[in-house]
Formats: sequence, C-alpha cells, structure tokens
Amino acid sequence: MGDHHHGPAKGLSRWLFTTNHKDIGTMYLWFSFAMFILGGAFAMIIRAELFQPGMQLVEPAFFNQMTTLHGLVMVFGAIMPSFVGLANWMIPMMIGAPDMALPRMNNWSFWILPPAFLILASTLFMEGGAPAFGWTFYAPLSTTYAPPSVTFFIFSIHVLGMSSIMGAINIIATVMNMRAPGMTYMKMPLFVWTWLITAFLLVAVMPVLAGAVTMMLMDIHFGTSFFSAAGGGDPVLFQHVFWFFGHPEVYIIILPAFGVVSQIIPTFARKPLFGYDSMVYATASIAFLSFIVWAHHMYTVGMPVAGELFFMYATMLIAVPTGVKVFNWVTTMWRGAMTFETPMLFCMGFLVLFTIGGFTGLMLSIAPADFQYHDSYFVVAHFHYVMVAGAVFSMSAAVYYWLPKWCGKMYSETMGKTHFWISFIGFNITFFPQHFVGLAGMPRRIPDYALQFADFNMMSSIGAFIYGASQILFLYNVIATIVSGKPTDKEKVWEGAEGLEWTVATPAPYHTFERPPAVR
Amino acid sequence: MTTQSSAEYEKYYVPEKSKLAVCATLGLVTSTFGAANVMNDMTFGDGTTGSSWGIFLVGLFIFSATLFGWFRMAIKENLAGLNSAQLKKSYVLGMFWFIFSEVMFFLAFFGALFYVRNLVGPWLSGEGDGGRMNHLLWEGFQYAWPMPQTPQEAVGGVANQPIANMGTFQSYEKSMAFSDAAAWYLWLPLWNTIILLSSSVTVHIAHLGLLNGNKSKFNLWLGITVVLGMVFVGLQALEYYEAYAHFGLTLNSGIYGSTFFMLTGFHGFHVLMGMTMLLIQWLRSVRAGHFTADDHFGFEASSWYWHFVDVVWVFLFLFVYIL
Ligand code: HEM
Ligand SMILES: [Cu+2]
Repeated sequence: MGDHHHGPAKGLSRWLFTTNHKDIGTMYLWFSFAMFILGGAFAMIIRAELFQPGMQLVEPAFFNQMTTLHGLVMVFGAIMPSFVGLANWMIPMMIGAPDMALPRMNNWSFWILPPAFLILASTLFMEGGAPAFGWTFYAPLSTTYAPPSVTFFIFSIHVLGMSSIMGAINIIATVMNMRAPGMTYMKMPLFVWTWLITAFLLVAVMPVLAGAVTMMLMDIHFGTSFFSAAGGGDPVLFQHVFWFFGHPEVYIIILPAFGVVSQIIPTFARKPLFGYDSMVYATASIAFLSFIVWAHHMYTVGMPVAGELFFMYATMLIAVPTGVKVFNWVTTMWRGAMTFETPMLFCMGFLVLFTIGGFTGLMLSIAPADFQYHDSYFVVAHFHYVMVAGAVFSMSAAVYYWLPKWCGKMYSETMGKTHFWISFIGFNITFFPQHFVGLAGMPRRIPDYALQFADFNMMSSIGAFIYGASQILFLYNVIATIVSGKPTDKEKVWEGAEGLEWTVATPAPYHTFERPPAVR
Repeated sequence: MTTQSSAEYEKYYVPEKSKLAVCATLGLVTSTFGAANVMNDMTFGDGTTGSSWGIFLVGLFIFSATLFGWFRMAIKENLAGLNSAQLKKSYVLGMFWFIFSEVMFFLAFFGALFYVRNLVGPWLSGEGDGGRMNHLLWEGFQYAWPMPQTPQEAVGGVANQPIANMGTFQSYEKSMAFSDAAAWYLWLPLWNTIILLSSSVTVHIAHLGLLNGNKSKFNLWLGITVVLGMVFVGLQALEYYEAYAHFGLTLNSGIYGSTFFMLTGFHGFHVLMGMTMLLIQWLRSVRAGHFTADDHFGFEASSWYWHFVDVVWVFLFLFVYIL
C-alpha cells in the first residue's frame, strides 16, 4: 500500500470529494438507476394515457412533455451514465491500472450530472411547461414554438455534454496510458475496446450537439436565423446537425453493451470469445460508418435522390459488421459448456431481441419503405428493441455479473431469473405489438389514436406495466444482495471467467493494482 | 506504446479526496442557471435582468476561483515531484483530446456554413431538387453570398411572409467581404491574419528558447505572443464595432450575419482563452521562475491551444472572409 492511500473516508464527504474510480462508478450506477426510475415513471404516464383511445388522464401538452422528458432522461440520464459507471468500475480493474488517469476530473464529470438533470426536471414546474418537442428537439418546434423553459433545457444539455466529454477523455487517457505492462491493445478485454471506441465517438459528437443547442439558443434569444428560412437558414439544417450527433449517439449507447455481452457470453459458454480480432475491427467499422449514415433519420424531409441513395446504402453497410458480431457471439456458444445464470439469460435475451431490432433497422434503412414507416410506432418498436433489449438488458446482465465482485455477496439466482423472465415477457408484450400498429399507420408521439389500434395498445400498456414492475424487482434484488446476499470471497466468482478483474480479492478492495500485475 | 517498467507505474499519483470538483460544479451550475435566467428575462420576461445577472456572476466567480485553485494545485503537485512521466502523459492525452473536441465544435458551425451556402441558399431561390416551393414561399428571393437580401425582405417583410419565425431579419448594408482593392491595407481581417499567423511563429520561437534553456528569450517571445493576441482581440472588437455601427451587419442580418458572428465570435472567444492561458504561463515564468527545458507542460499545452486557434482562423479567413 502506498503511504497516503487509506480506505474510504467516512460519511457524505467520501462521496462528494472522492477521487476513487470505484466510488465514482458506484455513484454513476446509482444515479443512472434513479434516472431509469424517473424516466420509467414518465413512460408509465404515457402508457396509461394510451391504454385506451380517447383522452382520459393528461392534457395533450403534458403528454408531449412526457414523451420528451422520457426520451431525454432515458438516453442521457439512464443509459449513458450507467455505462460510464461501469467503465469507471471495470476499466481500471480490467487493464491493471490503479485508478482512472485523471481522478479529480473524474469526480467532476459525475457531479455535474445530477444538477443538470435537476434543472431539466425543474422545467416541468416552469411557466409554459417542460420542453414538449420530443427528445430530438427539431426546430422550429424547439425554437419558434418552444416554451421559455427551453433555455434551461439547452443549458442542461450543455452541462451534461461537458460531463460526457470529460468522462470520455478520461477513459481514452486511461486506456491509452494506464495499461499494465504486457497488456497490449490486442489483449484488452472487449469491454475496454468497445469503451475506447465509444469514447472517441463521444469526444467527436458531443461538441456537435453543443453546437446544435447553441444555434438554437442564438435563434431564440439573439435574433440569428440558423433554423429560420425567413433569414436564409433552414429548419432542416437542425436535423442534419442533430443527427450528425444523433446517429453516433445510438452507437455510443450500444457499443459498451456489445462489450458487456462479449465479456459474459464466453464466461458462461466456457470458451474464449470467437473471433476476438474481428470483434475489434467490427466495432471500429461500426464506429466509422456511424458518421456517414445520419440522414437515414431524414429520408422524408426532402433530400435529393443522390442523398437518399447514399445514406441508404451506407446504412445497410452497418448491418455487415453488426452481423459479424452476432455471428461471433453465437459461434462462441457453439459447442460450449453452457449454463444459464442470470447474466447469461440477459445476454441471451439481448442476442435475440437486439437482432430483431437490427432487422427492423434494416427495414427502416430502405428509403422508399421508410417513407411508410417513418414517424410511426414501427420506429418506436425498432429503437426500443435495440435500446431497451440491447442496452438496458446488457446493463442488467452486467450488474448481475459483476455485483458479487463489487460487494462480495451473491445475488439470489431465483430472484435474478424471475427478474429476467418478467422483463423479457413484459418487454415483448410492450413492444412487439408496436410493430403492427406502426405498420398499420399509427403515428408516434400522439396522446390519442384511431379505434382499430385499441387492442394492441392495451397490450402494450399492460406489458409496459409488467416491465416497469420488473425493474422494481431489479432494485429489490440489488439491495437485497448488498444487505443480505450470501457472502462470497472467491476471487473468480464465475468458474469460466477470464480477466484481471477476477484476480483481485472479492469484494474488490478500495484500491486495486497499485502495483501493476503481470500480464502474459 | 512499448512496455514500461513497473517501477514507473508505482508512482502514478492518485490524488487524495478533493473538494475541487464539487466547488467547480457549484460554480458551473449557478452560472448556467443565472445565464439561462438572464436570457429568459430578456426574451420572455419584462426585460429586467438584474438579479439574474447577480446569480450568473456569483456562479462565474466561484467557477473561475475554483479553476484557478485547481490549476494551482496541479502546478504545485508537479513542482513537488509527484507527477511521474506516466501522469504527465495523461495530461498530454487529456489536452490533445480536449482540443479535438473543440475542433468538432467548430466543425458544427463550419458544417452549417457549407450547408447553407451550397444547398439552402440555392434551394430558397428555387434552384434544384429543393427549390420547388420557391414560388409559394419566397417568391423573388435571389441567392447570393454574402446574402444581400434575406428571403423575408424579398417577400416584403415579416407581415407578408407565409410562415412564422422569430422576428425580423434585415440584411447588412455592407458585408465583411474584401471590397476595396485600392485600400486593401484598411481591411482588418488581413491584418488579423498576419497577426495571428506571426503569433504562432513567435510562440514557437519562445518554445525553442525554452528548449535551449534560454529563459530570457522565452519570456521575451512569449510576451510578444501575448501582445499579438491582445492586438488581435482588439482589432476583432473594432471590426464588430464597425459592423454594428457602420455596416448595419448584426446578428439579425439573416444567415450571413448569423454565421459570420458565430464563427468569428466563438473563434475570438477562443483566442481570448488561449491568450489568457499564455499570459498565465508568462506570469508563471517571469514572476515565479517556472518551467525548465524538460518540464513545461503548462506552456506546451497552452501553445498547442494557440496553434489550434490559429488553424481555425486560417479556415475562417478562407471561408468566411474570402470565398
Ligand atoms: C442494423 C443496425 C441499425 C439500422 C440499419 C438502423 C436504422 C434506423 C433507421 C433507418 C431509423 C430511422 C427510422 C425513421 O425515423 O423513419 C432508425 C431509428 C432509430 N434507431 Fe436505428 N438502426 C440500427 C441500429 C440501431 C441501434 C443499435 C440503436 C441504438 C442502440 C438504434 C437506435 C435508433 C433510434 C433511437 C431511432 C429513432 C430516433 C428517433 O427518431 O427518435 N438503432 N434506425
Ligand atoms: Cu440512426
């Protein structure tokens, strides 16, 4: 032990002033879970209103605020910070580093998040209501027609963008500079690889998002005309800038999830990952391609045909490296000695459902077909298959997988599996019917709908309540494990697990790898 | 990266717990909250912004004071020999990727400029694929760059325009483009280019001086760089004054004014930041004798930033002023 390294400080100051990657990771994880519950509550309101056709519970304006905040809170508050938390906990332990490269900045990246979301949530109580223009905040809805609270929305995006950029810079510096001797790039666990690439994406596109909201701010308050044709600008310009950020953003969300799955499947198949190198290259290709497909979100906006075709083919190309990944995961399991503990179940769920989401993505990528699907519930179904069954499922898998290492207690397998099956069933009841109503023409982001959609919507709502309830079970499982789980001190909690994080004591001591381990 | 001896790793400095992050957060959040309130008072309120300014300034003060303390602490740690070669490399990487993120920020605005100039402008005036609606929306609008007349003006003002927007967009009387060949020496952007390019050279000379252990050469040339930076900012301010007072070119001058002021404005702000960074390095060197030939990251990082600002200007000069 170094001379001035102690255990954690006592009380609140431990969390406020910490520079420890594990403390910071823990805070990120709890914060993201809180946001997951908040965003989930908004979703419950949405589904309650949509339970039946007609207007029953909320005003249309409030409904729009709910869809907007639901999306923003889930994307920026729940999914992204949860993976940053995981990165904080795991990357130093996986590469044999004593901590993150820039520990004080690390603490700062976390602490600016909660106030940013406090500001965002407080818009609900402002005059004119919260932002109601959708999580994609298209101009001119978000400029000319926006409520005054839009200014607070803009600044909260700025602040959480800063948080993401600093977090990403920290991860890049850690991975590039803190690997233990012998931990070459091509020996890094895939979770580290996917996060390294994700961090590049973050540093590249979060500033573009900052640019987009800055242009909005100027249009609203200082008379510029970026998004106003009357001054020679163009609302469509907003969409280009936003989606230049937005499409890489969806890969920022899914790449770390790929990383998690690539760690867990080999453990429970008891076989090394199939095609490690091709996984790395596939991840890098996906990241590269994600910069040249953004306008597939804008097929119907009136692009020149050459543009439609370019973005269509480029989008389809992404399915190739994605297919490589799915192939490798399946092949890893081929003839493996498989067992199905909770983390593995979530990975199986991921694999099946994410692939469905990938296929609907391919359908959407066909420009002429998308003219039909665009802004319908089909799109909603698509992105929930990739983001919930993709990112959130893999996050649940990660929590069950590493929780014993974090707190030295085993979760209850029965409870974990119960959580999985209720989520899996609830998720599919919620989102599978949305494919059908979408194809039949039900538009997204509306509080009321035509009668023929009633049955499927009621199913969706029931599924959503089931899925929502299953997340309470998740919370219960985690707390029960921490408080009264069966203690374990096996370093290698899972017999098939590989990697440096399984060589340290369980629960992981406050400081790990103060001296670098030897890596073969 | 090749293998590093494990001895190097043992010294990686993981700082003790620190209040810096929480104080910086407090400052940042208070100042953004204040700024948002100022703007809303301005646009949606009755125009009295006094107390909101107060919140903003308090936040800004806390934020700046914390950053000041933060950098001071980092410098002290370095002087105390806590920073291993590996930690210094983390700082280098941090600075590099920070600058990269800044590049991407500018890219958003340059992207907007290219999009407007190559696609939106022609479409609004009825050309090409996107121009089908010209006769319904902006009849009579002719596209040129710099844009002498906004679409709104073309249809006869805000009352006659077919779609809503936020206010009036009145084009400039005179743009910032190069106009008078006889009086080329009065064209400020040219001087600004010369000044900023030479300041990149002077900061490099200062660096060479430092590498040779010649501190007085370093101090001199770094000082010159800072002065050049100040002159640049001064001329930029003068240019803005002219734009508003004599050219009728404002933020309201349609998309030309928008892109002009946002690109040059953000650039100018970055010059101001870079200049402040260099000034602090200069003060450190002159007053406290900091920096040696092989340990001067504070200076080096600031000078990278300065070169970055310089490169952005070259593109600005090309695409905003000349082409
Ligand atoms: C094979 C891979 C994928 C393809 C080809 C694909 C394609 C598409 C297309 C064409 C759209 C636009 C649909 C429309 O608005 O009409 C879309 C929407 C969307 N996709 Fe994907 N996608 C893929 C994977 C993903 C992944 C991995 C994520 C996130 C984890 C994702 C998240 C989203 C989101 C959030 C939207 C909707 C955005 C909105 O309008 O609110 N997609 N996708
Ligand atoms: Cu996309």
